[in-house]
Amino acid sequence: MASHLGDPRVVEFDVRTDEMLINMGPQHPSTHGVLRLALRTDGEIVSEATPHIGYLHRCAEKIGENLSHRQYIPYTDRMDYLAAMNMNLGWALVVEKLLKHEVPERGRHLRVLMAELNRIASHLVAMGTYGLDLGSFTPFLYAFRERERILDLFEEVCGARLTYSYITPGGATGDLTEGWLEKCEAFLDQLAPVIEEYHTLLTSNAVFIRRTAGIGVLSAEMAIDYGTSGPVLRGSGVDYDLRRDGDPWYTGLYRDYKYEVIVQKDGHYPKDRDYPPVPAEAVLGDSWHRFYVRMLEVVQSVELVRQAMERYRAAKGDCGAPLKLTQRLPKGEAYLETEAPRGQMGFFLVADGNAIPWRVRVRSSSFCNLSITHEVCRGCLIADVPAVIGSLDIVMGEIDR
Amino acid sequence: MAELINLQILNRLLGWAGVDLPPSHLAGAVLAALVHGVILLGIVAVAAMFFIWAERKVAGRIQDRLGPTRVGGRFGWLQALADGIKLLSKEDVRPREADALLFRCAPYVSFAASFTAYLALPFSDGWVAQHINSAVFFILAVLGLEVFGVILAGYASGSKWSLFGAMRESAQVVSYEVPLGLCVVVPVFICGTMNLVTIGNMQTGWLTNWLVFHDPFTFAVFWVYFTCAIASVNRAPFDLAEAESELVAGFHTEYSGMRWCYFFMAEYGSMLLVSGLATILFFGGWHGPVPVFDMLGWSSMGGVLQYVAELAGAANFLIKAVVGVTVMIWVRWTLPRLRIDQVMTTCLKYCTPLAAVCFLGALGWQTGMFGLAAGPLWSPNQLMAVKQRGEYRESWVLKAEAAAAAEGSAAQAGRPAASGDRDEPDVSGETEPARSSATGAVGSPLSRKGGVG
Repeated sequence: MASHLGDPRVVEFDVRTDEMLINMGPQHPSTHGVLRLALRTDGEIVSEATPHIGYLHRCAEKIGENLSHRQYIPYTDRMDYLAAMNMNLGWALVVEKLLKHEVPERGRHLRVLMAELNRIASHLVAMGTYGLDLGSFTPFLYAFRERERILDLFEEVCGARLTYSYITPGGATGDLTEGWLEKCEAFLDQLAPVIEEYHTLLTSNAVFIRRTAGIGVLSAEMAIDYGTSGPVLRGSGVDYDLRRDGDPWYTGLYRDYKYEVIVQKDGHYPKDRDYPPVPAEAVLGDSWHRFYVRMLEVVQSVELVRQAMERYRAAKGDCGAPLKLTQRLPKGEAYLETEAPRGQMGFFLVADGNAIPWRVRVRSSSFCNLSITHEVCRGCLIADVPAVIGSLDIVMGEIDR
Repeated sequence: MAELINLQILNRLLGWAGVDLPPSHLAGAVLAALVHGVILLGIVAVAAMFFIWAERKVAGRIQDRLGPTRVGGRFGWLQALADGIKLLSKEDVRPREADALLFRCAPYVSFAASFTAYLALPFSDGWVAQHINSAVFFILAVLGLEVFGVILAGYASGSKWSLFGAMRESAQVVSYEVPLGLCVVVPVFICGTMNLVTIGNMQTGWLTNWLVFHDPFTFAVFWVYFTCAIASVNRAPFDLAEAESELVAGFHTEYSGMRWCYFFMAEYGSMLLVSGLATILFFGGWHGPVPVFDMLGWSSMGGVLQYVAELAGAANFLIKAVVGVTVMIWVRWTLPRLRIDQVMTTCLKYCTPLAAVCFLGALGWQTGMFGLAAGPLWSPNQLMAVKQRGEYRESWVLKAEAAAAAEGSAAQAGRPAASGDRDEPDVSGETEPARSSATGAVGSPLSRKGGVG
């Protein structure tokens, strides 16, 4: 049968649109390093987003089987390079757990101090880069202005600005320097009013709310199913924080600290913390809530740092000396998860009686958090993909290890 | 209304140089056009470079840092020039997948469109390259062409990201052009002309005379215009076509070196253009808030003093336009980017009805709310006007009026056709009624023709 122009099938064929397969990354400005997303799109609408990882794989786990436990510390620095202190802490704790080695009281508060300070720095970067993902450049510079102060503090303590290798099994490489606490105090005083600035620039900005509220909604069930953790999990309204609910070996660090888990319960965030108010458009579990949880955690970490400084001052004795390089690990295995800024960071260690571990495995939080991408990005626009990925706050160094 | 440069001035300059050209000689016209073109290119290119520098400095201030400080002294004045030289020395890369011809010419389309629009933009009273009676229309039309360069670049690059940029740009252009046109119409019908020089001159006097203060609707419509203008020059929060965090660099992903630079010259050129247009349409153009030169009488004195007054007017105009550009820069470094559907919503769902309401409102204001009041409603324009609006008309209206007046007086009074002592034609049409009536003769068709002159 000869076809003619009036035939509806011809018209249908003419206006038929093809799906487009595009690579977002590994060289892309908003994939936070070397993530590659294969997007299948119909025009601007994404029908499928598949993350491909492995571009930053450096065999960190295998290297762990060839070095003694203390030599491995610099490699943990390079996993989540934005929160190296927390990585150091995770490894140090798992080695200590295997050895049943307790750090002195002062060392415990020092660790809390460092971990929470690094959490602030890490969340500031998360906030700044999220602004970048949404096309707003200024918050990034503001965040780095404050982060710079934290890095200065770290530099004074351990000489490094990014890869600290400061917290080691047994304690830390050194005590705080003279006058450090005063500087830290001054920084915290300066940070508090600046957080308001961040809220006006992003959190309560109308355009920001329009870009993030209701975008990439992750239900609590799905968040648990996919094993997400950290602010991503809490942003979905799941009340779970390893600092409170984790392994006793880890929660012992925080045993006499006063803090509340930042999560929305019965439609409210913890008292006195819900500034700015949650906008009407925001749905629990969307990008806005994930971002908001991080912002509130900054405030909370500031309080924890203050408490830690107070207790550190009060504590007597030293903060623990690093274990010897050749300290043999008892035969057995240990696994410990800590609440890193991005979620649960687990280290698994199997020892056969040598100083060098027999097996090292790492459970990465960003890895699980990233796995929700294809679920939440289905049906959103291309512009929403960076908005979702940015709200997950992934660090590729940690995913690929 | 004086000219920055015209054929007479040019002829005089040439006369000094010893060259004598008859006034209507083609070479003279070409030369005048060339001079205009070179002056415009120079001004706009320098302005674009200035804005690139200003953008970095303003961004630096907003972001709590210094911006450029090294090149060309303390403030990094020459940073834009250094950037330009760097871009010049870069390799001109064309992807294999690209459509060679279209890829190469796309930046020039954008650049040429942006710069051509300046032809009709007056910088001061009469300082315009080409007097066009429909200058508003011309500028909007030519500015609309700039988009084609962007779409062409996106299409011809052979990259999917570029294609997305082009798609977004074409979606964006249909959404902002409608409200933009509606906004521009409001000052046009208040002034009753599309000639930008006339619109500018109608706002002579105190700042209450500026059209933005004409009535509440023109005030509102200015903000709508400004929003749409930001969208039309692809600036944040409407910079979806380049959207560096989503589309790598959007339509100019594959461009490098000088071709890339041309897109940016076009962008910064258009920024100045749209805020220059806003200045003339809403903010009194080259008239300052206080009519100093009108009070001194310099602006109609002729000679050097008038030239000084016009120079001050040009400075006035540029300051206002630069403030507009600075606000655009400020917005860019403050707000996150909107999504494409949100841009279309903003433009079509909010700006268009708003502009339409303002259009109707301003129309009602002018007609005494559609004839319910006796005349136009009160506006701040009546506060401290130096000259009445009606005194400014387009040249062809003035000519026609003069002709009609001459014809009328000639018909009424005529001239002594028989007497040979008054044979020069009466151009001004200001024949003294007493003397005319004294002669009492009826003018001949010949002398009437001379009267039109």
